[in-house]
Order: sequence, then structure tokens, then C-alpha cells
Amino acid sequence: MIGALIARDVRRGFTGAAWLPAAFFLLAVALMPFGVGPDARLLGRIGPGVLWIAALTAALLPIERLIEPDRADGVLDQLVLHGVADETIAASKIAAHWLTFAPLLLIAAVPGSALLAMDGASLARTEIALAVGTPGLAALAVAIASVTAGLPRAGSLAGLLLLPLAVPLLIFGAANALLLEAAVSLLLTAGAPFVAGVAIRASRA
Amino acid sequence: MTSLLRFEDVTLRRGGRLLFEGFDLVLEPGEALHVSGPNGSGKSSLIRLAAGLLRAERGRVQRSKLALADDKLALDRELPLGRALSFWSDGADDAMEAVGIRHLAEVLVRLLSSGQAKRATIARVAASGASLWLLDEPLNGLDADGAQRLTGLVARHLAAGGAALIASHQPLHGEWRQMVLGG
Repeated sequence: MIGALIARDVRRGFTGAAWLPAAFFLLAVALMPFGVGPDARLLGRIGPGVLWIAALTAALLPIERLIEPDRADGVLDQLVLHGVADETIAASKIAAHWLTFAPLLLIAAVPGSALLAMDGASLARTEIALAVGTPGLAALAVAIASVTAGLPRAGSLAGLLLLPLAVPLLIFGAANALLLEAAVSLLLTAGAPFVAGVAIRASRA
Repeated sequence: MTSLLRFEDVTLRRGGRLLFEGFDLVLEPGEALHVSGPNGSGKSSLIRLAAGLLRAERGRVQRSKLALADDKLALDRELPLGRALSFWSDGADDAMEAVGIRHLAEVLVRLLSSGQAKRATIARVAASGASLWLLDEPLNGLDADGAQRLTGLVARHLAAGGAALIASHQPLHGEWRQMVLGG
């Protein structure tokens, strides 16, 4: 059931709007040279940080479709009746979300780095940091989506909740402190299913 | 301990309102219970309590493996009906046949009418293999043929040693135990 759930969510992601966060990411990056001017050295220096900030804001886009549609349509209820724990549902959703979100983001970072006049080494370091940090970002997105599911104006609320909590990922990611980034990402990935599970259960009462 | 559903001294409060207090209920194999009552009397809450989707404030609920059909479709709208149902269980073909929607297997779920969608939720229950069926307003949107098929399905399920808890404010065709919840 868990494999089937992940496969279903990945399929729905790619037939739906999986390209949207990546496109938004690229657009946000493309705005930067207009904002700070075409100084290649300056852009190259701030490039990794810009890619990270764009990644965080792009992570907000899919939040409303991660949990709420399945909650409203009774899919979460039926999964529980099939013996799947809410935490397991959340973990599956995190895995599926990462699979639809991260690879496209990593691909979009390549043209993004060119727009910021980053050199190859800098791009490689940022790609590795993004690969390490995106599981934590995906986990955080699913947890926030669960907490806000069914609330009015959930999208705006999710932004206010997610961005502050993602600050450690941003700091260690942009500074390329890979071990600390991995630690934060691991903590979020391990903790998020439990937070999301409690939130999903509470939404039934 | 052969009963398929057992409520013991159950109290349930929702939104500050007391819906049941000291509530007892036993469903044995081969038994169906039709719960009726006006809107807001707690029929759906009773079903969700039986399903384990709500927790009782006090008391114990024991249940065997169950399947639920309520007003939520829980089928992927972009898929053909047959594929969407097969996500939940194998053997959906026979169940679709039994509720008269076999010919819709290739139709996208989002194109189904409300009555056809209701039949699809009943088909999911029938295909589940669960011994306890929980049906919340199964007649909503069903035509006479659909209601008759539902009665036949439940009767066969009971004959095979299953049990059913059916909440409906409409009269059902079967000769089943009745319970009326207060307003």
C-alpha cells in the first residue's frame, strides 16, 4: 500500500503541476540580475544564496495540494481504514513530494547558475547542498501542509509557518556547511512524519 | 467474542454537544442495523466512531476489519473508474458488476454522475473483503435500481457472515434491525 501510495502521488505530481515550482524558481533567479545589476563578480558571489532563497520560496507553491485534496476527498480516511498509520501516510507523502520537487529543482539550478554568472565549482557545491537540504524542505512542506489542511487562507498561513522554520536549511545550505545542513535535513525528515500524523488525526475531530 | 462491532458504554461529544452517552451496541455476524434519525442526530458521527475515525470520550469500541462508504469519493478523478477502484483493492470488477457500473470501468471518475459515484463507493466496500460494512447515507443519489442492488448486496454480505451498519434517513428495502437516534 505504501509503495502504491508513493507511486500514485508521484504520478499525480508529474501529470499535475510538478514543473511549476521549478519554473517559479528559475523566474525568481532571473529577476536577480535585474535587481542588483549585471556585475558578474557580485552575482557570482551572491549566487548560491540566491538559488537557496529561490528554492525556499518555490517550495511554498505546492503546499496546498500536498495534503488538503486527499483530506477533503476522504483518501486519508480510507488509507487509515486500510491499516495505514497517519505517520506512514505522511512519510509516503514526503517521499513522493521530494521525488517530484527536488530533481526538477536541481535541473533548474543549472540554467539558474548561468543567469547568476556562477562558475562550475560553485554550481557543483550548491547542487550538492540542495540535494542534501531538499529532503528536509520536502518534509517541512508536508508537515506544514498537514497542519494547515482545511484552514481558510491555508496558503498564506503556510508561507508564514514554513519560511522561518526553513531558515537553518538556508543558512547552512548557502554557507555550504554540508554536515550541518545534513543534520538539519535529517532532523526535519525524521520529525515531520510525526508532526504531520498528529495534525492529520486532529483534523478529523 | 464473535461480534463484529461492539460499543460499550460509549460517550461522544462533538463541538461541545453531547451526541451519545452510555451507548451500547453489538453487531453479530449476519446482522444489519439501520440507523435513522433527523439531520444532525449523530448518524454520521456514529459511523465514524465505528470506523475508528473519531475517538470516543469514554467507553470502548471494538471492531473487526471494516470498509466505509460515505459522502467522500476518495477516487482519483483523473483516472478511469476501474483503475481508480483497483488502487484500493483487487477484484473491483465483480463489485462494479454487482452495483451495475461495470460498463463505466473506462470512464474517467470526474465524469461520473453523483449516483454513479455513489455506486462506485459502494463497489469499493463490496470489493474490500471486509466483514463489517459501514454505509453512511448509501441511498443519496441512487435510483430505484441502485437501491435494489444495494439491498441485494447487503443481503448477500449478511448471508456470508458479514455485518452492516447503515445510516440513512430514507427507508431501506431490507428487513433489518432499526434504531432511531434522537434529535
